[in-house]
Amino acid sequence: MGRYVRMAKLTSSFKNMVISLLSITVFSALTLGSVYTLTKEPIEKSKTAKLQKALKEVLPTFEHLDTAIKVPVNNVDTLNVYKAYDKNNVFVGAAVEANSKNGFGGEIKIMIGFDKEGNIINYSVLEQKETPGLGTKMVDWFKMSNTKHDIRGKNPAKHRLLVSKDGGEIDAITAATISSRAFLEAVNKAYQAYANNPKAPKTHDVSSGASNIN
Amino acid sequence: MSNSKVKIILNGLITENPIFVLILGMCPTLATTSSAINGFSMGLATSFVLIGSNVAISLLKNLIPDKVRIPAYVVVIATFVTVVEMLMQAYLPALFESLGIFIPLIVVNCIVLGRAEAFASKNSVIDSSLDGIGIGLGFTFALTLLGIVRELLGTGKIFSLSVLPEKYGMLVFVLAPGAFIALAYLIAIMNKIRKA
Repeated sequence: MGRYVRMAKLTSSFKNMVISLLSITVFSALTLGSVYTLTKEPIEKSKTAKLQKALKEVLPTFEHLDTAIKVPVNNVDTLNVYKAYDKNNVFVGAAVEANSKNGFGGEIKIMIGFDKEGNIINYSVLEQKETPGLGTKMVDWFKMSNTKHDIRGKNPAKHRLLVSKDGGEIDAITAATISSRAFLEAVNKAYQAYANNPKAPKTHDVSSGASNIN
Repeated sequence: MSNSKVKIILNGLITENPIFVLILGMCPTLATTSSAINGFSMGLATSFVLIGSNVAISLLKNLIPDKVRIPAYVVVIATFVTVVEMLMQAYLPALFESLGIFIPLIVVNCIVLGRAEAFASKNSVIDSSLDGIGIGLGFTFALTLLGIVRELLGTGKIFSLSVLPEKYGMLVFVLAPGAFIALAYLIAIMNKIRKA
């Protein structure tokens, strides 16, 4: 290392310490600020894209969507409800963004679609931190055809959507009852929001299309 | 590349492998290696931070008075971590989803601060970046290996590709106790190989 001409190290005087720390923090702040501005748009875009994809997945074919309506549920939560209409402005179903805080690894967020009779069409897990190989199976467990844990086509008003241990009709994920309970809690909450929300399709302004989702 | 430069890289990869020899940074190691891909990506993210912070600290080493060096290092490291976090969220959202909560933990990963203090603050920029690469590779290698072992034993898959039928999976390996067991065996095997 002898070939590097070594600059003398700054002594630990009060002035030097303040200047050194101050310049490092200011420089960091500037860097972070510019990276934030740079990535803000792509982050927003990927979030919207994910939401759009989930909506497409859980709703029947639709022409346009209402902007999210906030519907209160059990006096605690407010869920986003997206109503969908076909090209003749007829209400075809609604998607609900629901959550449960009782997951094994924290909050679970799902998007679930109901047709106009309140039957579950499909669901999509937006966010979950469950145990890999166990709770994470919820992503497709509740939509496996011909099983006792397929919730598609069921109407929460007519079927007891609880795990069989709690007296319901749904088989929990093997060795992940807590995750399954939390998932079904979110489903039931979503249905409440769907049922509470004024079902009669309002006169729909065609100009406000799917681009208004926020 | 001269011999001493190769030695710096091999040092991080084998002689002073952060996981198998130094036993540093156990928290992200145990938490993120439930699958091979998670371990691999965590390794790469940490490597990026490690190389960046090593270079920056080596450049700044004479401008940072000794008494405030630790806070200065932490600020530099935290900046790099936040940059990685934002870039990942913007351009690799799927990966961010599975690793998201562990990325901020890189700040307190003692490997990064350890290399800043033990190597970058005393060596040239080139050597420090090589040290970052070596230790980063060593960390990535260890995490990927651990991830492969746990994923294979736990679910019968490697990088999400089925190798064994899932019914042979021993669930415990995906969970925390399995992480400790797998890590202990890997360290034992590595010790045997290194001393042979």
